[in-house]
Amino acid sequence: MFDNLKIMWHQGKQYIPDVRTAKVPGIFRGRPVITAVKVDEERLAGLCPAGAITTSPLCIDLGKCTFCGECALHFKTKISFTADYRLASNSRERLVVREGEERVISVDPLLVRKEVRRLFANSLKLRQISAGGDNSCEWELNASNNVQFDMSRFGIEFVASPRHADGIVITGPITRNMATALEKCYNAVPDPKVIILVGTDAISGGIFANTPAVDRSFLDRHKPDLYIAGNPAHPLTIINGMLDLVKCKR
Amino acid sequence: MDYLTIRNNQVVPLSDIPLISYDFFKETNLRLMEESEARHCVNYFGYRESGQIRLICCIADDTDHSIFITSAITPADAVLDSFTRPNANFERFEREIHENFGVEYRDHPWLKPLRYSYDRFDSSQKMENYPFVKVESDELHEVGVGPIHAGIIEPGHFRFICNGEQIMHLEIQLGYQHRGIERLFLQKSRVEERTILAENIAGDTVVGHTTAFANLWESLIGAETTNSLNFSRTIALELERIAIHTGDLAAICGDIAYQLGNSVYGRLRTPIVNFFQEWGGNRLAKGLVRVGRMNYPFTSELGDRLLDIFNAYEPDFNEITRKLWRLPSALSRMERTGELTTGEAREIGVVGMAARASGLERDVRKSHPGNLYHEISHQPVVKHHGDVYSRAQIRKEEIKQSISYIKELLQDIPDNNDVNTEGMIIQPNVFVISLVEGWRGEICHCAVTGKKGDLLLYKIKDPSFHNWMALAQAVRNNEISDFPVCNKSFNLSYCGHDL
Repeated sequence: MFDNLKIMWHQGKQYIPDVRTAKVPGIFRGRPVITAVKVDEERLAGLCPAGAITTSPLCIDLGKCTFCGECALHFKTKISFTADYRLASNSRERLVVREGEERVISVDPLLVRKEVRRLFANSLKLRQISAGGDNSCEWELNASNNVQFDMSRFGIEFVASPRHADGIVITGPITRNMATALEKCYNAVPDPKVIILVGTDAISGGIFANTPAVDRSFLDRHKPDLYIAGNPAHPLTIINGMLDLVKCKR
Repeated sequence: MDYLTIRNNQVVPLSDIPLISYDFFKETNLRLMEESEARHCVNYFGYRESGQIRLICCIADDTDHSIFITSAITPADAVLDSFTRPNANFERFEREIHENFGVEYRDHPWLKPLRYSYDRFDSSQKMENYPFVKVESDELHEVGVGPIHAGIIEPGHFRFICNGEQIMHLEIQLGYQHRGIERLFLQKSRVEERTILAENIAGDTVVGHTTAFANLWESLIGAETTNSLNFSRTIALELERIAIHTGDLAAICGDIAYQLGNSVYGRLRTPIVNFFQEWGGNRLAKGLVRVGRMNYPFTSELGDRLLDIFNAYEPDFNEITRKLWRLPSALSRMERTGELTTGEAREIGVVGMAARASGLERDVRKSHPGNLYHEISHQPVVKHHGDVYSRAQIRKEEIKQSISYIKELLQDIPDNNDVNTEGMIIQPNVFVISLVEGWRGEICHCAVTGKKGDLLLYKIKDPSFHNWMALAQAVRNNEISDFPVCNKSFNLSYCGHDL
């Protein structure tokens, strides 16, 4: 027993006290900022391996961006990635960062359904479904619940059965081979329920968007409540995104 | 000559690979395997060539740096004798060839669908009709788990046949994660796009797969990999090993309900992955490894920072490890659980840390060293019981080994030196193989180019491809309640298998 107490003493307090204002270490590639400087836009857009950059005006769609940082390395005066990890919204359009515009990415309160605010503000139980995810977003979702990020202190937890869940979290581009299982799992969640997409692959298909191995028709039938961008999404992005959704005030 | 002997990352003209009849091809490969116990099949695949199927088989020797390449051509509607009947190393490779091209094997013992790839030969094969083994008995029952599991993990279906609580048989159906990534390597033509694909093969092995790709690509375009690139890749590979092994120890503790171990190992992983972010802006090292260059060079400040992180990590790691390894209730859950004997491991052709836990000295860092591994003179950690305990021990000791390698490397940080790959083109009509020892085991990427320097084939093999069968064997006769800890002790990749 004394060994255990000693270990606990040595570990000290590990949790991040305030996940809303915590700083990430190093050179995190979070929300990009695009200046109004004139550059060869076509060449810049051509650099992007994910087709996330569109021109006139220059925009980066964070739902498609793989956060490789290639654009910022080649066009230092035009694009820079900030350490802002707030990359979640319930509006797909808000994930598009535009030239010369510095705006924090946020949840649109008008789009949050009343029952989501009413029922899930203090308790949200989720069922995670990996549908072609590369195990990186899954990894970070797990990390969101470790002793440091400790998402469950906010009442947000992952449960083993869809029957116990208030919604689903999808990672991966949704493979054809997982399409049926995803639909069945969603149907097994009682109403009212939310759909949360985590990571570039889930939001847009990412680099897998156009392969026949992927079947994204689930998203034609069901509308997501939250998009959490990243490749993979950082635990702080995930936690803040979910809190923004359930705690949002009109 | 009936086979060609090459080294890791060596580019050879396709015409140098002896093209022999299928019967002789089979005989040669089986003979190569029989000659030494220290050999296994690293890759065996086919691709279409003027209406027929060209087969290429690669056997690696674990002791002397050689890889034996053979080749044959067969019509797609051929009915062939399988390699698998005499040697189970080839089991999954032949299933893949059968699934992709419709080649029949008259004596393959287990010719079942592999991953239900979207471009499979027989599209009438459906995910929901997988032909599981059935046992008719009043005393046995079946347990089906998945594809969606209780935790936050990737999908796969496990079908157990149990006698009471005891597992008699486990069959694993995969394919749910299939994204058609090998085909995308041919369709996406820019190296930046292909790099992103390599990073997304398996998100828990970003460094491993991207290094295999970058090493291969630099060979393919004839670029000399610089010392600083090799340095960064070697550091990153060992860091990834430390991070995932630490996380795995946390997960093993979690599965045996040792909460303190789960929390402490779990939190110890964080500074390591956060270092990846400090270095390259991403906790899983996405964006770090690039062909011919380092977007985020390793500086001496980063070296000092890493030493500080290790200095804080080591006492905490040693303390919890000492505790766990002296805790009878934890040890009893790990010892003799999920045993894979040396014989079984060799028969299946298991690779990586699972092989080393079962007494096989199989480690690409020693047998086929790339990057800076020939300078490290790596001595693999080998254990002999093949149980969960051995696999946990491997992790414990490899973490310490990796830390000491990195500390050694940090004494001499080379100045950053990129390669100018501008204008370099892919060599036409060649074959190249790239092997890297990721944390899980042997990663193998192969490429074949056509006469215009176009990519005809990009073949990826994650170590999980071999090791899933090992898991199915290891859980036999265990209690079904021990399945999670057995599974975690292997920690195999679904997306790396399904591609």
